[in-house]
Amino acid sequence: MAINYILPDFEVIRDYNRCINCHVCERQCSNEVHSFDEKGNLMISDESKCVNCSRCVSLCPTHALKIVKNEACFRENANWQRDTILEIYKQAGSGGVLLSSMGNPKPLPVYWDKILINASQVTNPPIDPLREPMETKVFLGQKPNMVTRREDGSLNTSLTPQLELSMPVLFSAMSYGSISYNAHESLARAAQELGIYYNTGEGGLHEDFYCYGKNTIVQVASGRFGVHEEFLNAGAAIEIKMGQGAKPGIGGHLPGTKIVGDVSKTRMIPEGSDAISPAPHHDIYSIEDLRQLVYSLKEATQYKKPIIVKVAAVHNIAAIASGIARSGADIIAIDGFRGGTGAAPTRIRDNVGIPIELALASVDQRLRDEGIRNNVSLIVGGSIRSAADVVKAIALGADACFIATSALLALGCHLCRSCQSGKCNWGIATQRPELVKRLNPDIGKERLVNLLTAWRHEIKELMGGMGVNSIEALRGNRLMLRGVNMTEKELEILGISHAGE
Amino acid sequence: MQLEGQIRIPSGCAISAIISKEGNRMTGEKIIQSMIPMHDRSNGLGGGFAAYGIYPEYRDFYAFHIFFQDDSCRVECEKFLKDSFEIVKAETIPYRKIPEITDIPLIWRYYVAPLSSILSRLQLDEKEYVARCVMQINTRISGAYVFSSGKNMGTFKAVGFPEDVGRFYRLDEYEAYAWTAHGRYPTNTPGWWGGAHPFTLLDYSIVHNGEISSYDANRRFIEMFGYKCTLQTDTEVIAYIADYLLRRQGLTLEETASVIAAPFWSDIEQKDPKTAEQLTFLRKVYSNLLITGPFSIILGFNGGLMALNDRLKLRSMVVADKDDKVFIASEEAAIRVMEPDAEHIYAPAGGEPVIIKVKEGAY
Repeated sequence: MAINYILPDFEVIRDYNRCINCHVCERQCSNEVHSFDEKGNLMISDESKCVNCSRCVSLCPTHALKIVKNEACFRENANWQRDTILEIYKQAGSGGVLLSSMGNPKPLPVYWDKILINASQVTNPPIDPLREPMETKVFLGQKPNMVTRREDGSLNTSLTPQLELSMPVLFSAMSYGSISYNAHESLARAAQELGIYYNTGEGGLHEDFYCYGKNTIVQVASGRFGVHEEFLNAGAAIEIKMGQGAKPGIGGHLPGTKIVGDVSKTRMIPEGSDAISPAPHHDIYSIEDLRQLVYSLKEATQYKKPIIVKVAAVHNIAAIASGIARSGADIIAIDGFRGGTGAAPTRIRDNVGIPIELALASVDQRLRDEGIRNNVSLIVGGSIRSAADVVKAIALGADACFIATSALLALGCHLCRSCQSGKCNWGIATQRPELVKRLNPDIGKERLVNLLTAWRHEIKELMGGMGVNSIEALRGNRLMLRGVNMTEKELEILGISHAGE
Repeated sequence: MQLEGQIRIPSGCAISAIISKEGNRMTGEKIIQSMIPMHDRSNGLGGGFAAYGIYPEYRDFYAFHIFFQDDSCRVECEKFLKDSFEIVKAETIPYRKIPEITDIPLIWRYYVAPLSSILSRLQLDEKEYVARCVMQINTRISGAYVFSSGKNMGTFKAVGFPEDVGRFYRLDEYEAYAWTAHGRYPTNTPGWWGGAHPFTLLDYSIVHNGEISSYDANRRFIEMFGYKCTLQTDTEVIAYIADYLLRRQGLTLEETASVIAAPFWSDIEQKDPKTAEQLTFLRKVYSNLLITGPFSIILGFNGGLMALNDRLKLRSMVVADKDDKVFIASEEAAIRVMEPDAEHIYAPAGGEPVIIKVKEGAY
């Protein structure tokens, strides 16, 4: 056997005083880390297969297990760090492009954490959300530049289609295929209960979920998988996916192993065939082509659905967004470089794109400078981790936020970043029936509802502290933000002052 | 230290107003008196008045009141005015020298009419042209500030207590069918004459008590439409919002009130379907112009006043009447000074506009 250069990332520590040989860990681990050694009459572990998803730790009835970082180390080297060395070994062994999942884990700046929120003192009363009404409802879509009146003098109230959200958060695109049936069901039902939306991603819509259409955003991406007239009309809005924060500039690849049964039917491709979405839409090579697709989709849905155009946050995002705002799109969604993915080439995920905070600030300002901010709504995603991130995003200028990683965490994801393997022990990023059934959609829905109910309370508390009683009065209200530990340039781009100013 | 206009200063305040529905003109005596019992609501760093119907002999001309820091900016500004308008009369605004008011800038008044040749070339309506010229002076000519620009109306403001400001400007010698007044309590800066209320654009004037928490959301939205918030005060942005909604969007006063102090969604749901539809539409379309935080404002315009509280009623404001007169003030005491026998005194609910219009033809 060839030498294995790869050090295991983790160490499985089993307290044999506690282990009762119940085999739960063995049965729970789809990576086959645990096994029973008949000779020694004890459970043993092959840690080289462990991804630290914590499934065995969580389910071990006697708490006999823990997974820790493998202390075995390379000789210290500030330049050649462990991950870098291991990646070289892997590529030298395989000759392939490295794959990763979920968002960029590198220690790049998280601007949300350098932004602080204001509160009222003396000159303006803070408001208690338990005593006073506090509104979080938002409408996404184009707003007219002029109002018109009917013959009786009343306002003509017809508007281009709008999405109504009870709070400024939506579940971001995750395809059926990349995540499981039960995960989709949890998201769809939670969206319905919360009065928000979930997003099909590029994989079509399972026929069982058409009933949640009023709370569904259907996605049209470059592979056009699962797109047909009924699908387009099934949702409340249509999203054209031009790019994704985790992998700007490339398409998608769902391995054939995940294209089984209903996934294949929903995507309208044969079982076992890889679903490869091209990098560009082959009918969109420039902005004028985008306009044609926007209007094709509007025609196909009788102008009843708002069209979202989703792009990755890249260097000249402000100019791109300005172009999209003039393309007939109702909503622009921008995905930052920390956005998650079910699988992306590691180099791209970790090195391409820009932080959503900066992208949002410059897009919002550019659209205002051009006087067209009201023609389009802005949704941002790419690592919105808490109610505070939502509040900061709204104050920077977003209308609403997309969340996906946070939602998966609520469903039990432990961010082991191994979605591409299809062996998700939590039943989320897998199509194996025995794993999928581990995610109970009743519980999944409940946990998602709980999460966003909690966030909504926190958003209200933060708003109340600022003396703001409607989320609309927070949108673009950058005076409510201050920066710490930032350069002049960063503050200038974010359009905020430094703390103390 | 940065002065007002360079940074945003929150402030508390007192407001007061009187209007005759018959269009009977009154001197500034009463409105000045009304500010005295509310003395402690100001701190001497700003007071001002708006008066409607004071220039009947020049009623067809825009009356510009302008502060100049010195003669050089006056010369520059007058050149701009000559290029843009026909100037019917230019004069200094007369004032009384009193020890309470110091650091007096040059204060001029110009009665002007837009040059019709320019209007037809730019294809602008007259008011839009005047508004743009005011913005240009205020943003481009350093040291010049137009603080009043309507027809047959004028504002008078200064650093000082309002009752002193009234005496300073000799308001007892002007006669108006509607007066509004303001005393200011800014939280810092030496105070600047331009920072006092009322804030005006064309004939819209705003006096305002409160600090709005939605300020930057409102400012960044309204600035898309050519307004420039040079002073960075809450009240300035409210004046521009009023101008945008009433003049440029053609909303009614009631509709405007439903935008800036929008009813809560839970209240809208309880209205009849037609009203609910209209209110929902306004909230959807003008969500960026919702004003939150405490405020009581009095909007003045040719022919009337509108008083409005924030939707949570976080600032005091009472209304009363007597015969043809209607009184509005932060405190009842102010009303009692103007009219000891005032009747029907009540506190309007949060978000409930009180609109008083002068009889057609009487102004």
